[in-house]
Amino acid sequence: MMLLLGAALTALPLCLVFIIRLYIVLKTGPNHKPGAKGPVAVLVVAGSGGHTTEILRLLEYMSAAYTPRHYVIADTDRMSEEKICTFEKFKQQSDSKSQFTICRIPRSREVHQSWSSSVVSTLNALWYSLPLVFRIRPDMVLCNGPGTCIPLCVAGLLLGILGMKKVLIVYVESICRVQTLSLTGKILYPLSDYFFVQWSSLRDKYPKSIFLGRIV
Amino acid sequence: MKTVFATVGTTSFDELIESALKARGYERLVLQVGRGSVFPAAASCPHITLEAFRFKDSIAEDIKQADLVISHAGAGSCLEALGAGKPLLVVVNDKLMDNHQLELAKQLHMDSHLLYCTCRYARDQTLINY
Repeated sequence: MMLLLGAALTALPLCLVFIIRLYIVLKTGPNHKPGAKGPVAVLVVAGSGGHTTEILRLLEYMSAAYTPRHYVIADTDRMSEEKICTFEKFKQQSDSKSQFTICRIPRSREVHQSWSSSVVSTLNALWYSLPLVFRIRPDMVLCNGPGTCIPLCVAGLLLGILGMKKVLIVYVESICRVQTLSLTGKILYPLSDYFFVQWSSLRDKYPKSIFLGRIV
Repeated sequence: MKTVFATVGTTSFDELIESALKARGYERLVLQVGRGSVFPAAASCPHITLEAFRFKDSIAEDIKQADLVISHAGAGSCLEALGAGKPLLVVVNDKLMDNHQLELAKQLHMDSHLLYCTCRYARDQTLINY
């Protein structure tokens, strides 16, 4: 009985501190400008299939200041690594100093996977994401929708909550999403620093989002 | 040779592959079948030249050679085909989360970039008049 009380008395203030820290981290987003200090290290979540295609199309137009690029792909993804290497070879031609790495983590959710098992697999992916993000310490996480990005964004937020480093969460909703956000988009909408949508109907429904038209 | 190129990206979409086989007036049909369990043999279409493959590093050349592209309604596939200026018919894969392919197909159709349909309609109607 006393043990339970003791645990509750410890856990409650910890939760409170956690929530306050999370609030502070989310509020400092717009004022945080890592680019002012030099190159911006980006953790790029490549979610396989169309997600990888879209994120590479996006990166094509991003300046050479976004380097090094740390790509994170799911362990069951066979195609993205090739696409990334081809893309980076092309990037090297215009910017010889560009650097990139590729890392793998367990996939949060496979196509058609049930919701209940997705929670378990996402938690498993988080277990791998934490040491990865803590090691890389990117300035920014760039993602566009696959479930794989949730544990990585959570790890990025945790870096900020623990006072180790502010990691910008930049989310670009897929161009597939015209009227409704993806589940990942709904989860990350309150947690991201910059949330891009590519159709005006979404900007109207989600006032915090940024609409610049099609950007892929 | 009048050519149709049908693609399903990295997914599987057996219904599209089966209904694309009913396309008319085209002498060559190239199918990208992804992870699907349906992989038609070259001899299964007696009146047209049929080629099928699972994946390629790039389908840009196949799209370039096509007179018509039939695709699942994935964003990458749509952008690539439309970017190449090809007539595009998309068949919505309604087995994916939230049926999310339908939103993009509807919007691009409203903007007059493509025609779209569901699997059942493709099987019975669309390709007759396209």
